[in-house]
Amino acid sequence: MPSSVESHRGILVVGGGIAGITTAVEAAEAGYEVYIVEKNPYLGGRVAQLYKYFPKLCPPYCGLEINFQRIKKEPRVRFFTLAEVDKIEGRPGNFDVTITQRPRYVNDRCTACNACVAVCPVDRPNEFNFGMGTTKAIYLPHEMAFPMKYVIDDRACRLTECAKCVEACQYNAIDLTMQPRTFSLKVGAVVLATGWKPYDAARIDNLGFGKYPNVITNVMMERLAAPNGPTKGKILRPSDGKPVESAVFIQCAGSRDVNHLGYCSSICCLASLKEATYLRDQNPSAKAYVFYIDLRTPGTYEYFSQKVLSDQNVSIMKGKVAKIVEDPQTKQLTVEAEDILGAEKTTLTVDLVVLATGMASSLEGSKLGAGVTLDKDSFVVADASGEGIFAAGCARSPVDVATATQEGTAAALRAIETIQIAARR
Amino acid sequence: MEKKLGVYVCGGCGIGECVDKERLVRIAAEEYQVFVVKTSPAFCLEDVRLIKEDIEKEGVNAVVIAACSPRVNTDVFALPSATVERVNLREQVAWSHPPGHEETQSLANDALRMGIVRAQKTRPPTPFTEANERTVLVIGGGVAGMTAALGAARSSVKAILVEKTPRLGGFAARLWKQVPKHPPYRDLEEPGVDALIRETEAHPDIQVLTGAEVQTIAGQPGKFEVSIRRDGEVRSVTAGAVVLATGWRPFDATALERYGFGKSPNVVTNVTLEEMARTGKLTRPSDGKEVKTVAILQCDGSGDEANAQYSASVTYLVSLKHATYIRERCPDASVYVIYRDMQTPGMYEYFYKKVQEDPGVLFTRGTVKEVLPDAAGGLVVEVEGSPLGGGVRLAVDLLVLATGMVPVASESEGLNLAYLQGKGLPVSKYGFADSNFLCFPYETRRTGIYSAGCVRKPMDLTAAALDGSAAALKAIQAVEKSSAGAAVHPRVGDLSYPSFFLQQCTMCGRCSQECPFGAIELVPEKNTPFVVTNRCRRCGICMGACPVQIISFDDYTVDMVASMIKAVEIPEGDEEKPRILVLACENDAYPALDMAGINRLQLPASLRVIPVRCLGSVNAIMAADAFSRGFDGVLLLGCKSGDDYQCHFIKGSELLATRMENVRETLGRLMLEPERATVMDVEISGFDRLPDRLAEFVASIKAVGLNPMKGF
Repeated sequence: MPSSVESHRGILVVGGGIAGITTAVEAAEAGYEVYIVEKNPYLGGRVAQLYKYFPKLCPPYCGLEINFQRIKKEPRVRFFTLAEVDKIEGRPGNFDVTITQRPRYVNDRCTACNACVAVCPVDRPNEFNFGMGTTKAIYLPHEMAFPMKYVIDDRACRLTECAKCVEACQYNAIDLTMQPRTFSLKVGAVVLATGWKPYDAARIDNLGFGKYPNVITNVMMERLAAPNGPTKGKILRPSDGKPVESAVFIQCAGSRDVNHLGYCSSICCLASLKEATYLRDQNPSAKAYVFYIDLRTPGTYEYFSQKVLSDQNVSIMKGKVAKIVEDPQTKQLTVEAEDILGAEKTTLTVDLVVLATGMASSLEGSKLGAGVTLDKDSFVVADASGEGIFAAGCARSPVDVATATQEGTAAALRAIETIQIAARR
Repeated sequence: MEKKLGVYVCGGCGIGECVDKERLVRIAAEEYQVFVVKTSPAFCLEDVRLIKEDIEKEGVNAVVIAACSPRVNTDVFALPSATVERVNLREQVAWSHPPGHEETQSLANDALRMGIVRAQKTRPPTPFTEANERTVLVIGGGVAGMTAALGAARSSVKAILVEKTPRLGGFAARLWKQVPKHPPYRDLEEPGVDALIRETEAHPDIQVLTGAEVQTIAGQPGKFEVSIRRDGEVRSVTAGAVVLATGWRPFDATALERYGFGKSPNVVTNVTLEEMARTGKLTRPSDGKEVKTVAILQCDGSGDEANAQYSASVTYLVSLKHATYIRERCPDASVYVIYRDMQTPGMYEYFYKKVQEDPGVLFTRGTVKEVLPDAAGGLVVEVEGSPLGGGVRLAVDLLVLATGMVPVASESEGLNLAYLQGKGLPVSKYGFADSNFLCFPYETRRTGIYSAGCVRKPMDLTAAALDGSAAALKAIQAVEKSSAGAAVHPRVGDLSYPSFFLQQCTMCGRCSQECPFGAIELVPEKNTPFVVTNRCRRCGICMGACPVQIISFDDYTVDMVASMIKAVEIPEGDEEKPRILVLACENDAYPALDMAGINRLQLPASLRVIPVRCLGSVNAIMAADAFSRGFDGVLLLGCKSGDDYQCHFIKGSELLATRMENVRETLGRLMLEPERATVMDVEISGFDRLPDRLAEFVASIKAVGLNPMKGF
């Protein structure tokens, strides 16, 4: 019997981070068409900015590389970078999705030869490095950027008024007149894998972020340690570029706090322990101190915790940091905390303070609207959202990579189920 | 079919400015007399048409593109009806070496020679397509297993669900309530397992076999031959893929005797407490008296590691749930939760908060020193290490031990694989099915068999349901890919598989032992090897293992690598021009070399890089060939091995390390120094240190002097 309702076999994946990429390649390798819509000019999401994963201390690029190879080989995966979903309408098996793609100003002819960068006169803050350092207005977001195509930041570029890069490009790959375009896609199911953003540490009054240069966040620490980061992998004090001899890690900076994020961001304890190893690997005399409420290293992650803490120069203290004071001359930071187990006040003076800022939902203030139910923290309430709309990874709740890949794979099947059920209706 | 080679030398992205393209053209035309050679300022743009025309009009069937890295423009240069070899003149020559230099030119020349030889030697693989069964076998009828079976069935793939006990539901059917899943994440919820059971039983595409066990599984993805025993009868079915969802067992509490378990009936496990709540009897086991005070001990202190590793965050949530049960049923009761670090990640923090708000639940950070009976028939729990200082003695009616969830032993139970390498899924040192668990959690070491739920790691009901879906997806993929004769992850889509030149086989069996995926079996009694094609992940570890080099793939052989090695021009005895053979893992080391190039870091020009599928596919003879040929050193770039291995094929780099013994023997036989051959761990993000590390190796080779066998 012919189906009375049109149904589509495509799956829309919103977000091209590790959860979204996983959803896309897993669904495509099972035989389904997938469209990834990614806000950034590259796929890879937050994990591309991490130096290493816990607990194996292995590079995230390794997993991204193989996933990108899978995408390159798999014609069923199509993706749009610099793109955002405006709205999702319709029903399972038959969703209409409207997408707006911002101009890259660089077309598919780009060979990534880098000639444009040499002539570009404009600098912009490097957002991949959380504002540490600059790139030119035309730039490659990072070494492993996929697609490996340059992009122009139109907030910085003078576009047709300058156009030096157009002349420099031998391949006619730059088009400064490119305009945003809005288009629609018909799909059978939707997976939201919109991920997370670091909680704005400047909102935490007592911890000095934004006021003291040597107070940084955990994501900045990842960039400082990464070989392709602003310091080429050397962990240096932002104030004077000197190697860091001592650092305090402050857990729950914004998380588990009713004034900020009420929930636990799940990964920060392990992330700080991991970042302590970055410091220790670089400097045999460096000391790391971690202030925490509960050290959340569940299950076999406990072994990772034990391994890191077996290092004499890494110590942990249960307690909340009351305040941080900067020495205006040396820019050293004095951290005052209550040591709960020692039942006394502790003060430590160190070179660097790393705030374990939590993971906030990227859907805060989202306009996706109908069919997507968010909780008060803007995470997707999976089974309360409309039929045929699913979520994976940090769109659901703050999770580690292993959980994001689990949920991404699961979401791929849930989307396929929707499509198959709609097709039989 | 006769090879008709076309060689296409690109001059774009700085290649043209760096090397003499005409010299490369002459090499192709004169040394190799290929059918056609062309150049272009950018083959990736309009000029890809030139290549396509040669294929269509001139019958070129083997294309060598000397341009950018094979990692980029994959789609542009995917040319149907021709084999494509890429020669990396951009990232690994022009972008990482000084332009116009004689040694840079030699490097490009050799790279082209190796690419042409590879193109000459490669054959398009013929896929194995005789395994097409589209049914998924699911073992275990708990939440993960039922969700997997439903996932397959809803996606138009049939499922057979085998459950050992008389009914579906697994542990979830024994729960009273489950932890909060919905905002505001404060209130306990129904487990909802009954609805899941009904839907599973009612689905026309799911065959439910309760009271049944898998007796054996033979065969391969796309065609597993399964025998199932039920009511004393054995039936045979065929399945395309398998989901193992056999769940968990409670940690054996007799190991927690120090907390009074087994000594007093009033010390119970969390499993017992769940049962008490469900059956409505929250009373003191010794005398049936109403409980007034209860202690829940998390068992996560020092000495409790064996238990805690099986907790993840699940048992903490269960403890909070149990505190809630007691407070709801016995409003006058007090509950002490004794823990070290409360594990309530994500939104579960709100549930923790809710329980904390209850004045009847007291959280005590500490460890339990001793548990003793008291005069009133209860227990005295002595807590130490509390932040309040000193010891605390709690008089309680009931002590609940939060025991962990031990996975059913997937290496020995449930599957009963009829595989030479054993019955089950190889496990990691923690006892869970071995996999690259961060990026690819479902890829076990038995192709087409995926673990889901608590057999994979401890998880709650929500996660178990997700896990069931995810494993079902992998099973569907395995069905799809194996019916096309294509590999699954990580060499997804690869159609090649090993074949054996058995006339020369010594029947040593090493290939069958070393395959990390149990893909090679031996003919009984004769001991000759054969590949069970769809189990194979196409890594080539068998090819590396074979001491007599009889294993090859259509497009990857020892002879091919040896011929590429021979194609390199070895300068005679010039101290300034050593030649180092680099066999680089294409998954991580090779991209790291590319990234060095992208960053315009300078690499030594004496290296001749051959990408390999996995370091494990490197046969010791390749190094021997290189030294006989006059190479001065051999460098093997691959992934980290050990507990935190990064090898995509689990064992590749580890196995290579053991083969280095043979390489060193060869060196000894050739009267060469053992340090001429070295294995180097290279991470993909370790590109920054790579130039120095490589230069150091070259310097060390110069220090020992050049290979005296040059010119032989």
